[in-house]
Amino acid sequence: MQPLILTFQLALTVTVILFIIGVPLAYWIAFSKNRFKYIVETLVSMPLVLPPTVIGFYLLIVFSPQYFLGHFLQSFFGIRVVFSFTGLVIGSVIFSLPFMVNPIKAGLQSFPLALMEASYCLGKSPWETLRRVILPNIKPALLTGIVMAFAHTIGEFGVVLMIGGNIPGETRLASIAIYNEVEALNYDTAGLYALILVLISFSILLIFYYLNRKSVKIF
Amino acid sequence: MMIKIQLKKEMHTPLGKEWLDLDLNIAKGEFVAFFGESGAGKTTLLRILAGLDQPQEGYIEVDGEIWFDSLHTIDRPTQQRKTGFIFQENNLFPHMTVRENLEYACGDKKDRHHIEEWIAVMGLKGLEDQRPDKISGGQKQRVVLIRALINQPKILLLDEPLSNLDIRSRLNLQDEIIKVYQKTKITTILVSHDLSEVFKLSKKIFVLDHGKIIRSGSPLDVFVNNDLSGKFKFSGEIMEIQKDGVLNILTLSIGNNLTKVVATDEEIEGLSIGSKVIVSAKAFNPLILKANP
Repeated sequence: MQPLILTFQLALTVTVILFIIGVPLAYWIAFSKNRFKYIVETLVSMPLVLPPTVIGFYLLIVFSPQYFLGHFLQSFFGIRVVFSFTGLVIGSVIFSLPFMVNPIKAGLQSFPLALMEASYCLGKSPWETLRRVILPNIKPALLTGIVMAFAHTIGEFGVVLMIGGNIPGETRLASIAIYNEVEALNYDTAGLYALILVLISFSILLIFYYLNRKSVKIF
Repeated sequence: MMIKIQLKKEMHTPLGKEWLDLDLNIAKGEFVAFFGESGAGKTTLLRILAGLDQPQEGYIEVDGEIWFDSLHTIDRPTQQRKTGFIFQENNLFPHMTVRENLEYACGDKKDRHHIEEWIAVMGLKGLEDQRPDKISGGQKQRVVLIRALINQPKILLLDEPLSNLDIRSRLNLQDEIIKVYQKTKITTILVSHDLSEVFKLSKKIFVLDHGKIIRSGSPLDVFVNNDLSGKFKFSGEIMEIQKDGVLNILTLSIGNNLTKVVATDEEIEGLSIGSKVIVSAKAFNPLILKANP
C-alpha cells in the first residue's frame, strides 16, 4: 500500500503548490501587456512536448550536489533534492505546470473585460476583483486545472524515476512500484497496483466530468 | 467650473485613423449629453474619464483634483477616480444576487443602510435575493444604476444605458434617471445617439462628429434646424406604421407620450419602425387646454 499512499501524498502536495503559483502565473499571462510573455508561455508549455526523461535528466544535473545549486542547497540548508520526496515534488510541479496554468489562463482570457472594469470603477483593486469577481465565475476552469494537475501527477513515471529513483517509502511511487514488480516477475502485486490506480483515476475523472456537466455556463 | 477636459486621443475607426480632440468644461451638477453617430468618439471619452483608456495627451481635472495630466505624467487609477460608469450592456456580477451586487459596491459597511432605501425608491423590492439572470433587462439596469450611485461617485457616466431595452422600459428608466438626478444632483454625462433621449434628459448637449464638437448648447439651440420654419417642433421615434387608405398612420413616441399622426407615402419613404423623426406643424390657431394637475 505504501507506494499508493506516497503517490497520493505527492499528487496532493503538488496540486496545492501548483494552484498557489498557477493562478498568479495564469493571471499574468492572460492580462500582462509585456511583449516577452510569449517566452514565459513557451516555457510553461515545454513539459507538454518534451519526453519526461529529458526534464528529469536536467533536474538531476541541476540539483546534484556535485553542481552549484544542489551543492548550495545541501551545504547551507541541508536540503537534498535528488532521490528525495522534495525532488519528486519539484519535478512534478514543473512537469504538471501546464496542466494547471493553461486551463486557468483560458478561463481568465474568456472572462468578460466589462465585469472587471465595472469592479475597478467601484473602487476595487485588481486583487479584490480577482478574488471576489473573477475566480468565482471561472470555477469550471479552476476545477479543470486542479483535476488535470492531480491526475497527471498520479500518472507520472519518467521524471520521478530520473530525479527520485526507487527508494521504498521515500520515492517509490505506485507507477515505479508496478515497473519494479513486473521486472521481478511479481505479476500479482503489479496487477493489484495497476487495478487500484485505474479505479481511482477513473473515479476522479468521472466525478470531474459529472460536476462539469452540471456547471452552468454563465456567459 | 467642476470638470475640465482637454484631450487628444487617436481612434481607430472603420474609416481609418481619427483624432478625438476635445476642450470643454462641465459645471458641477450639470446633466450634459454627447450626441453623435457611433464611432464619433463618445464611448472613448467616457472611458478616458473613468481611467479605462488613456489619451495621447491631455489634461483632466475634476473638482480641483487632477485626474490626468500628460505633461506631468499624472494618471490617477480608475479605482481612485470613483466614477459611476453605466455601460451599454448590463454588467452585473452574475454570481451575486441583487443585494450582493449592491453590497459589493459599498466601499464601507456603514454605507449598506442606503441599499434598502434605493431598492424601495427604484421599485426593486422582493428581487433582492434574485440572481441577475432571473430579472428583466429594465430591472437589471436599475440595479446597475443603484450600484453605480451607492458608492457616491463624483460623476455619473451613462454610455447608451438604455439602448438594449424595449421602448416601455426605456421610457420608464428615462424617468428613473431624471428622478435619480433630481434626488442626487450628481454631475451626469450621457452619451447617446438617440435624439429623443438626449432631448428629454439633458440640459446641455455637445454634438460630436468624427471626434470633434461641431455644435453645443441647449437641446433646442442644437436641434432646431434652421431650414424648418414650423412653430411646433418635436423629436420622436416611430413605434408603428399603419396603412390606412391612401394615408399612413404613424404612432410616434415623443417624450413620454405616444401620439398618432398621418403621413403620406412620400413622407414615410425611408422611414421604418425605430426611425428618429422631427414632427413640426405650422399652427395658426392651436387649441390650448388647461392641463390636469
